[in-house]
Amino acid sequence: MLEINDLHVSVEDKQILNGINLTVNPGEVHAIMGPNGSGKSTLSNVLAGRSGYDTTTGRIQYQQQDLFELSPEERAHQGIFLAFQYPVEIPGVNNIYLLKAAVNAKRKANDEQEVDAYEFLELAKDKIKKLGIDKSFLYRDVNAGFSGGEKKRNEILQMMLLEPTLGILDETDSGLDIDALKIVAGGVNQLRNKDRSFILITHYQRLLDYIKPDFVHVLANGKIIKSGDYSLALELEKTGYGWIEKMEKVSQ
Amino acid sequence: MNENKQLDKLLQQDYEHGFITDIESDTIPPGLSEAVVREISKRKNEPEFMLEWRLKAFRHWQTMIEPKWAHVHYPPIDFQEISYFSAPKNASDGPQSLDEIDPELLKTYEKLGIPLREQEMLAGVAVDAVFDSVSVATTFKSKLKEMGIIFCSFSEALQEHPALVQKYLGTVVPYTDNFYASLNAAVFSDGSFCYIPEGVRCPMELSTYFRINAMSTGQFERTLIIAEPGSYVSYLEGCTAPMRDENQLHAAVVELIAFDNAQIKYSTVQNWYPGDKEGKGGIYNFVTKRGACRGVNSKISWTQVETGSAITWKYPSVILEGDNSIGEFYSVALTNNYQQADTGTKMIHLGKNTKSTIISKGISAGFAENAYRGLVRIAKSAENARNYTQCDSLLMGDTCGAHTFPYIETKNPTAQVEHEATTSKISEEQLFYLQQRGIETDDAVSMVVNGFCKQVMKQLPMEFAVEAQKLLGISLEGSVG
Repeated sequence: MLEINDLHVSVEDKQILNGINLTVNPGEVHAIMGPNGSGKSTLSNVLAGRSGYDTTTGRIQYQQQDLFELSPEERAHQGIFLAFQYPVEIPGVNNIYLLKAAVNAKRKANDEQEVDAYEFLELAKDKIKKLGIDKSFLYRDVNAGFSGGEKKRNEILQMMLLEPTLGILDETDSGLDIDALKIVAGGVNQLRNKDRSFILITHYQRLLDYIKPDFVHVLANGKIIKSGDYSLALELEKTGYGWIEKMEKVSQ
Repeated sequence: MNENKQLDKLLQQDYEHGFITDIESDTIPPGLSEAVVREISKRKNEPEFMLEWRLKAFRHWQTMIEPKWAHVHYPPIDFQEISYFSAPKNASDGPQSLDEIDPELLKTYEKLGIPLREQEMLAGVAVDAVFDSVSVATTFKSKLKEMGIIFCSFSEALQEHPALVQKYLGTVVPYTDNFYASLNAAVFSDGSFCYIPEGVRCPMELSTYFRINAMSTGQFERTLIIAEPGSYVSYLEGCTAPMRDENQLHAAVVELIAFDNAQIKYSTVQNWYPGDKEGKGGIYNFVTKRGACRGVNSKISWTQVETGSAITWKYPSVILEGDNSIGEFYSVALTNNYQQADTGTKMIHLGKNTKSTIISKGISAGFAENAYRGLVRIAKSAENARNYTQCDSLLMGDTCGAHTFPYIETKNPTAQVEHEATTSKISEEQLFYLQQRGIETDDAVSMVVNGFCKQVMKQLPMEFAVEAQKLLGISLEGSVG
């Protein structure tokens, strides 16, 4: 589904990603872990199509297409969803209005029938029930005055409604208490199936106790330096990221 | 994303070439003199008092100089170049069908969801006398008449109800008020007149839209609305669709009068031609709008959504004379390209316990300049007066400007006056967030802007609000990205 080859990315002439290679097959969950500043968020932003990132070399294939040919909206229509690390506030815009607009934009782009207000309300109510969040969520302004945890839950609610093909969670777990973490993980687990893939970007192993990844990758200095299964996450938890720096020094 | 620019271009072409420039026999040649004022009054077969009033206004106007204090720039206007009277156009002069109208203009109508018949009317297509809204208008009129409501053109009111006109005309905006109001008083062509009798609640939104003969009232329009004690009226002015218009200078006057316990809600959506991308050829909209809350517990609300005109210069105001009276001003002013807007309000508190609320939302894109200018005056007599003012500006890009000029004068120590102001930029983060959710750039801009304007939009009557929301989106298409 997703194939990243030798991806080099710079931001304002500063090289951030130094040759990422990653293949994600349908149904797989990949965790990308790494210390701060290793390029984790850059990778998620590049996948979602945010401007300001220069791809110097490398390519990304998504569902047999060149990802760079697609605008951010088109990527969204084709099933890429990014749960933001810092969801932005949009005052005066009702949450349910945005949710419906997003769902219908995707449906329209895929020549599917748009849902009407009534249908959508039923759909949304079902999802918030599954996530165990309050109905008032739907009628508040998008993220405005939301607590950190509420913002993250709102991201997961959007993901549940948009049913992505590739869900990218950018440090969705950071700053969450254990209850919120369970809600986030529950959302991902409910969506997990053989066709849907996830990339979980995280600093901590904690999230992976609730969402068992198929693969764990360690990102450092813009490169994947080690890949493995869930046990790698446990190892990282024990040893921390200190050994990476040592390894880097050795390789230099 | 370039669609808007193309649209602008084509729209402008339409405005350039679509206009009828032939001088017709029933148009008074350009120029302004006492003879012209007399001629206008004569052609309209006006009562004597009206001519007297016009002449006084004209003589006063001659002693005045054009004001320059607004934060707007435009070349000098030659008042001798303007033709001050033009009889309604003959149907055969205009385009004969929508096929003759610029397809891009039609696209805009389409986007706004305007029915075909109305498109014809807006585009100035000659339509048969037997036409849906004529019958609608007739039905409306008979219903209103039953209730004693008078809703007609100003000319008609002068013929049918001269005593009412004479009693109230100029009592809120006197002919000496300001340069453009004096000019209007001297040469106004037509407008609307509305009278709601005591205790009557007008059952429908009154709109010039349903007054067929309002279509070509020209550049100097005059509106007078009187709400007798205990009455209520909601009045809609303007239209979301871009209208063909041949006059560059528009100097209208609107007077509202509310007696004891009466309420007037006046909503405007203004979408006149804003000029091309360089700001050439757009309409100058220099308007005087003022309401007087004469009675106790009376209330006047102005709601405006201003997206059109090259220059908008207007301050819908309320004079709060009656005790406990309420004045409200809700405004969205959107300027793009080289548009300029200097708009706001005046709330003059005279009575006790009078309250006013001002919510102003200014949006600037392109090279536009947008200014809020407001005055809150609490007179010595206004015990316990309250005002709340909120002015928010939203900037798109870094070549536009937003300015706020709030004036507060308080002569009574019991007054409470609050003022809040914010300026923000539409953020790349907000747009990217929405795009990532699959929403196209233009829709994302529209969503953020409509969110920003929500407080004002919700004051508009429902259908008007829906159209106005679409309008904000269309006006900003292509301004980001």
